[in-house]
Amino acid sequence: MDKKKSLGNVETQYVTFAAPPQELLLEGGQKLGPITLAYETYGRLDAEKGNAVLICHALSGDAHAAGLHQGDEDPGWWDAMIGPGKAFDTDKYFVICSNVIGGCKGSTGPSSLNPATGRPYGLDFPIITIGDMVNAQRYLIDHLGIGRLLCVCGGSMGGMQVLQWVASYPERVRCAIPIATALKHSPQQIAFDEVGRQAVMADPEWREGAYYGQGQPERGLAVARMIGHITYMSDKSMEEKFSRRLKEKEFSFQFKTDFEVEGYLRYRGDNFVKRFDANSYLYITKAMDYFDVSAGKLIPAERRPDTRFLVIAFRSDWLYPLYQSQEIVRQLKRRHADATYCEIDSTYGHDAFLLEIEEETHLIKHFLDKTYKGYNVR
Amino acid sequence: MTFNTVRLDHKIIYQIVEPGSRVLDLGCGEGDLIYFLAKEKGARVQGIELSEEAIYRCVEKGLSVFHSDIDSGLIEYPDKSFDYVILNQSMQETKKVDFVLKEALRVGKKVIVGFPNFAYVSARLRLFFSGETPVTPSLPYRWYNTPNLHFLSISDFRNFCEEKNVRILNTYYLGRRHLVRIWPNLFALSAIFVIQSSS
Repeated sequence: MDKKKSLGNVETQYVTFAAPPQELLLEGGQKLGPITLAYETYGRLDAEKGNAVLICHALSGDAHAAGLHQGDEDPGWWDAMIGPGKAFDTDKYFVICSNVIGGCKGSTGPSSLNPATGRPYGLDFPIITIGDMVNAQRYLIDHLGIGRLLCVCGGSMGGMQVLQWVASYPERVRCAIPIATALKHSPQQIAFDEVGRQAVMADPEWREGAYYGQGQPERGLAVARMIGHITYMSDKSMEEKFSRRLKEKEFSFQFKTDFEVEGYLRYRGDNFVKRFDANSYLYITKAMDYFDVSAGKLIPAERRPDTRFLVIAFRSDWLYPLYQSQEIVRQLKRRHADATYCEIDSTYGHDAFLLEIEEETHLIKHFLDKTYKGYNVR
Repeated sequence: MTFNTVRLDHKIIYQIVEPGSRVLDLGCGEGDLIYFLAKEKGARVQGIELSEEAIYRCVEKGLSVFHSDIDSGLIEYPDKSFDYVILNQSMQETKKVDFVLKEALRVGKKVIVGFPNFAYVSARLRLFFSGETPVTPSLPYRWYNTPNLHFLSISDFRNFCEEKNVRILNTYYLGRRHLVRIWPNLFALSAIFVIQSSS
C-alpha cells in the first residue's frame, strides 16, 4: 500500500478574463464578463504539460478539493482522493479544481458585483448552463498553458461537466471519468430541483433575489438543502445512520426534533445557509436541469472518439439511478469508444461518490496510470 | 507469462485470432484471455463481465470492460462490429443461449464458443453406474453450486448449429493437456467451435 499523506496547506487562486468587449457568449444568448474563476492546483505540471487532471465539483462544491486552508480544521471536499499516493496522486499528476460560474465560492456568480451597477447581480445574473461552466473552465486551462488534459473527472453535476467537456472539446480530453451522473436530467431530478427552488423563492427574505446586504432567505435555502440530503442518501443508509433513534429519552409530544434524522437534516440545512448563496442554488440547479447531451450530442455519429472512458455508478443511488449511467455506456458502445463501466455495490445512495473511496481509488488509480503511460492493451 | 503456462483453451483461441483483430469477450472474467490477445497479438479488445471483483482485476490490467450481464449486453453494437466475439465457458451460464448466440453472430464476423462436454466418458460412466450428476475436470461443480444453467454435449452443439443454419468454420476438441482427435463427443472434456452466420 502506498503511503498516503495530506497535501498540507493549499491556497485558492484567481484568474479573471472575458473583460468587455470580449465577454463570454452564453448558451442563453446573453454575454457575461469580466469573469473571475477561483481555482486550486495540487502537484506539479510536467514539462510536456501532459499530466493535468481537471476535477469538477458537484452542486454545493467549490475549488477547494483537497488539502487544508490555513487555520481550517476540515480538508477539501475530495481530500481522500487527491494527494500524494492517493487516487489522483499529486506526486505524479497536476490536479486542478475550479469553482463553477454561477457559484458563490470565489467565481463570478449572482452574489458578485455587477460592473454595470456596482451592486451584486442578483437576478440580473444571466441564466447559465453546464456548457457555459465548461467554456469558462476552458479559459482557465488555456491560462495554465495546458493543451490536452490527461483526465477530466467528477461526480453528479461534476460528471455532467465531464460529459460536456467531451461534447465540447473532445480533442482536449485524453480520458474522462463521469461518476454517478446522467446524459440529461430526468423529470424526477428536475422535480426535486424545482421543489428546492420554490422553497427558496417562497421565503419572503428572498426579495426577488435582491437580498444582499439584508441577509439571505435562510429558511427557504435550508429546506431546499434538507430535501437535497434526503435524495443523496438511501433508505438503507438512513436506517443504518439514524434508524428511529431519538435525541432525548422520550417523545416530546411537541413539534420538536424528536428523531435523530430530523436533527441531522436541520443541522445540515442550518450549516448550508452559512456557506452557500441562495441565488447560486437557483442558478446552478437550473443549469443542471437544462443539461442534455443525449441523442448523439455526447459524441456525434461521424466522430471517432479518441477519449478513454471510465464510467462509475452506485447500486443504491436512486437520484442518479444505474439506468442513467447505462445510457452513457450505450452511447459509448454505439460509437465504439474505449470504455470501462463499473457498478459499485454501495448502500450510501448518491453520496457514495464522496464516500466509497477505496473502490473508486482502485479503479481510478489504475485507469489513470495506464492512460498516462500511454500503455494501452487495446 | 510464458506460452507454456497458458491454459490450453486460451492457446487455441490465441492461434485462431489474427493480429490486430477487434475482439469482444463475453464473460471475460479477470481478463486473462483478452489481456493475452491484446499484448501478444495486438488485438483491440473489449470485455463484458458480471462480477464487480473481476472488473477491478481487468482495470488493473489496463483492459476496457463493461459491468453487465451477457444477455443484455450486445444490443447497442452495430452489425459486424467485431472480428471475433468470444463466449469461452460462458455460453452455458447465460439465461437465453439462443438469443445471446444470435446477437453474438450479428455483431461478430466470427464467433468463438468454448464449452464443457457433458457427454465426456467419465460423465457418462458416473451417470450410468452410480446414477449421480457428473463431476469432471471441465464440469467441476456439484449440482447445487454450479453456475451452469445448460448442459450440452459436442453433438448437441453441432445439431444446434445445423438447426439454426449456423456455419461451423472450425472445431477443436480438448483433453486434459492435448487436443483429442478420435470420438470427441466421448473423449473430449471441452470443445471450441468457430462459427459464423450463414447469411
